[in-house]
Amino acid sequence: MKSTNLSKNPVTIVQPVKGFNALDLKELFQYRELLWVFIWREIKVRYKQTILGASWAVIQPFVTMVIFSIFFGRIVNVSSDDIPYPIFSYAALLPWTFFTNSLRLGSNSLITNSTLITKVYFPRLVLPASIVISGLLDFCISFIVLLGMMLFYGIYPGLEIFFFPLFLFQVVVVTLGAGIWLSALNVQYRDVRYVVPFLTQVWLFITPVIYPTSLLSGPMRVLYSLNPMVGVIEGFRWTLLGSIASGKIIFGMSALTSLILLASGLLYFRQVEKDFADVV
Amino acid sequence: MSNLAVRVEKISKQYKITQRERYKTLRDTLTNLSSTFITKIHKSYRNSNGHSNIDDDTIWALKDISFDVHDGEILGIIGRNGAGKSTLLKILSRITFPDAGRVEIYGRVGSLLEVGSGFHPELTGRENIYLNGAVLGMKRSEIDEKFDEIVIFSGVERFLDMPVKRYSSGMHVRLAFAVAAHLDTEILLLDEVLSVGDIGFQKKSLSKMENVVSAGRTVFFVSHNMAAVQSLCSRVIWLDNGKVVTDGPPEEVVSLYLKSSISNQTEQVWNDFSEAPGTDNVRLRRVAVCPEGETASDVITIRTPLVIEFEFWNLDEEHYLDLSIVITNEQGVTAFVSFPLNDTLWENPFPRGLFRSCCYIPGDLLNTGIHRITLRFVRNNRFLIYHMKDALTFEVLDSPERRRGWYGKIAGAVHPALKWTTMKLDE
Ligand SMILES: Nc1ncnc2c1ncn2[C@@H]1O[C@H](COP(=O)(O)OP(=O)(O)OP(=O)(O)O)[C@@H](O)[C@H]1O
Ligand SMILES: [Mg+2]
Repeated sequence: MKSTNLSKNPVTIVQPVKGFNALDLKELFQYRELLWVFIWREIKVRYKQTILGASWAVIQPFVTMVIFSIFFGRIVNVSSDDIPYPIFSYAALLPWTFFTNSLRLGSNSLITNSTLITKVYFPRLVLPASIVISGLLDFCISFIVLLGMMLFYGIYPGLEIFFFPLFLFQVVVVTLGAGIWLSALNVQYRDVRYVVPFLTQVWLFITPVIYPTSLLSGPMRVLYSLNPMVGVIEGFRWTLLGSIASGKIIFGMSALTSLILLASGLLYFRQVEKDFADVV
Repeated sequence: MSNLAVRVEKISKQYKITQRERYKTLRDTLTNLSSTFITKIHKSYRNSNGHSNIDDDTIWALKDISFDVHDGEILGIIGRNGAGKSTLLKILSRITFPDAGRVEIYGRVGSLLEVGSGFHPELTGRENIYLNGAVLGMKRSEIDEKFDEIVIFSGVERFLDMPVKRYSSGMHVRLAFAVAAHLDTEILLLDEVLSVGDIGFQKKSLSKMENVVSAGRTVFFVSHNMAAVQSLCSRVIWLDNGKVVTDGPPEEVVSLYLKSSISNQTEQVWNDFSEAPGTDNVRLRRVAVCPEGETASDVITIRTPLVIEFEFWNLDEEHYLDLSIVITNEQGVTAFVSFPLNDTLWENPFPRGLFRSCCYIPGDLLNTGIHRITLRFVRNNRFLIYHMKDALTFEVLDSPERRRGWYGKIAGAVHPALKWTTMKLDE
């Protein structure tokens, strides 16, 4: 009773998932509309739920900057490479806040949407991705404050500013990479959610948010720049504030680890994705 | 023959049922890593005889399922809880993957596995229509086009700009169903979708489903509502323990399924008063159904007059008592309710003692199929003091004398032999 099919309709084959799964870019592209809807939902909900709404995006890095300026800038007197400490730390807090907020929300993105995951099919990657991308709105809002500070301090970027998009891209890559890793790990290991705040705290100390990279030198500095956020923050300071560029090695190393982080995250995610609906 | 819509070939799916540790933790995994490494080495020494590694705590949610579905077929899937119905639909919708086998799907699949799972409580009804639509795979333009229709169908127009968290659960479900019901895919997967909302909305949903069904789409319909399965589906698969038990015409499969879940129980006796079912007021001694004038073991056909007998102790003499029986058929539809009339015993406070009541059901009244009798004791016309659900079950078989050449199942809760007259009229 085998019947022919005129193949008017697309054919989908469902089979056991075995071995290695490459990233299905074509499918991701097909689901781009869903990605936008999730981003829209994320933004809408985030801004609806909080009384302060959009201003929250500014308050968080700004208040942190004020506290850092008082304690590290004034009291401890941390060097800031001849740039006023407030703007020195704020330029770093911009990508840093984006990074940590995205990790916090992104690592839970699969768990909080477990009802969706067990009821509807879509590439699961859109969930952590939508969190990271929607975080860019907060980033843009807090960026306006930076522009104000630049005016206030009379710091104007030079031609380096043309490299800025590269570092913006890098912070998205790093955040996506780490977010994807943590969200997938979180489905399998439920204590990851407790690890994330700890992780970001430790990560802060090995990242030049509070202090400049110039405190380190020699081989320590190279080792240090394995941290992809080092390149991001150095890049922000260099392109926006005109601080002394920290050298090709740091930028190159951290660009490389950023890409490795994202690629390995995508790979890992793809390998465990098939089990999400069963274990989440 | 029409085109193939879905081909399921030898699908199996295994689940681990590890209650011990529902979620793994990173800490445990890390600390166990070293010890498992050691035990693994140990094991590989001991289990060198190639012992299979299938644990006892795994179950086959699906085992070797194969079937074909063609365009326009409405396939009902029935079975007990845990039979594997939802798992099958989850595989078809790619939510989860099989451990073995292969499925070919020709066309876009829309699944409505649980309405409203895509809703966000903080967003308004309007926003959620777009959100849920997108989650179910609709394009924005598609949703725009159907927006008004969805809103009207849901009947929540007035609350469209209110956050969904303030909706009543009924409204929530209506809106969710409305979105999902407007999915426009060639293949539609429905899991328990009709069991939502109030009666009015259920009727509306059912007729919407009838539209969907008549539109020539291929539908997989999982439900515990046998009446809906029978009226909507063109074919039914009965799953049990992850295997296909029967696959065939709805009437046949549904009644086989229903038969399997109950056994004929035409008599129950409790000789020991202390163990008899009942309350402090009434207690049963015996219930039985049998052909009039014969013993309980005889066959019952639609022509057979029946007697239903109850023996009970009444332990309380100050109250009016009422006994009634409810007869339901295999679809769960009540065929009728009956209680004793014109009997002085029941019209006065009921005396203490042991009693036997008989209810006579004439022949040529009930339809074929399995019937269940529920027994109820009511005190003072008001208080239900005891009821025994499905106290008796019996099957009414067909009788060829009343068939007149028609061999399908005759519809209706009852199939009485009524008086008819027909005469030739002068023109
Ligand atoms: N994610 C899971 N992890 C472990 N076991 C599962 C999982 N999902 C389903 N099962 C098991 O698989 C079996 C089949 O479940 P399934 O949900 O398909 O049943 P069903 O036929 O839909 O039942 P119901 O009528 O109650 O909806 C059950 O024994 C269930 O416990
Ligand atoms: Mg189910």
